[in-house]
Amino acid sequence: MNGPTVVWYLCVAAFLFFTGALGVLIRRSPLIVLLSLELMLNGSNLALIAFARFHGRGDGQIFALTVMAVAASEVVVGLGLIVAMARRNLDLDVDKLRTLRG
Amino acid sequence: MIVADAGNVLVWVVWVVAAFACISSGIAVVSFSNPFFSALSLIGNLASLAVLYLLLSAEFVAAAQVLVYAGAVMVMFLFVIAYLGGQADAPWAGGPSWQALGAVAASSALLVEVIVVIGLKTGGRLSHAAPTDYFFGSPSTIGRLFLTDHLLAFEITSIVLLVAAVGGVILGSHSRAQPPLAEAER
Repeated sequence: MNGPTVVWYLCVAAFLFFTGALGVLIRRSPLIVLLSLELMLNGSNLALIAFARFHGRGDGQIFALTVMAVAASEVVVGLGLIVAMARRNLDLDVDKLRTLRG
Repeated sequence: MIVADAGNVLVWVVWVVAAFACISSGIAVVSFSNPFFSALSLIGNLASLAVLYLLLSAEFVAAAQVLVYAGAVMVMFLFVIAYLGGQADAPWAGGPSWQALGAVAASSALLVEVIVVIGLKTGGRLSHAAPTDYFFGSPSTIGRLFLTDHLLAFEITSIVLLVAAVGGVILGSHSRAQPPLAEAER
């Protein structure tokens, strides 16, 4: 395998996961929380594909594609929720959503 | 031998550029106050990740990443951001709170743990990747795996996507029928 070994890819994946977790924890806009969640999913995808290449098997890539499909459906539901919140004139701030009452 | 070394250096250069773009655009996603710019940086992040996938000889996943994420999901994100108007949310407004400090501490602990585990438990053993053939990561290999070994994952994925589509429709139509409750909740 030319170029960097799997360890370097894993470090990039860990840093992406770290950045995404930081964004999920400190940002208050639900849109940016969703975007940071995508960053975390991409970090785990990179680790999966790096290990798939390391072991020379395609199963990790299958898992990464499944994660991608789950991420797409999560974005659909999350954006639907955000639009529903905006239509009810609620503040788009995850710290202010204290109750689950409709 | 000289040709092999030149190829190695080229792969390293491409890797460094892609990894740097990936990390810096990831930081930009979290630190922009305008969600529109965050979404644009996430598109850059996805593109540089696709380059990394290509270096890992996962061609089909790289193509699917660009098509599905950058092409479909991010367009939906940008539509919603344009519909709602980019509401500014400064990440460090009013100085760092205890909540933000705790978040930084927790995620730094996560990062350090992962790096230490990678360094300690796997050092040396991960340096020699298994040899792969020409068809590794090609659409035919992925398709054969999906339809033989991982058929259950394939079917479950289709059900998850169907449920998400139904949920999106229900969320969209339900909220239209409801009166605004903002005054009652405040």
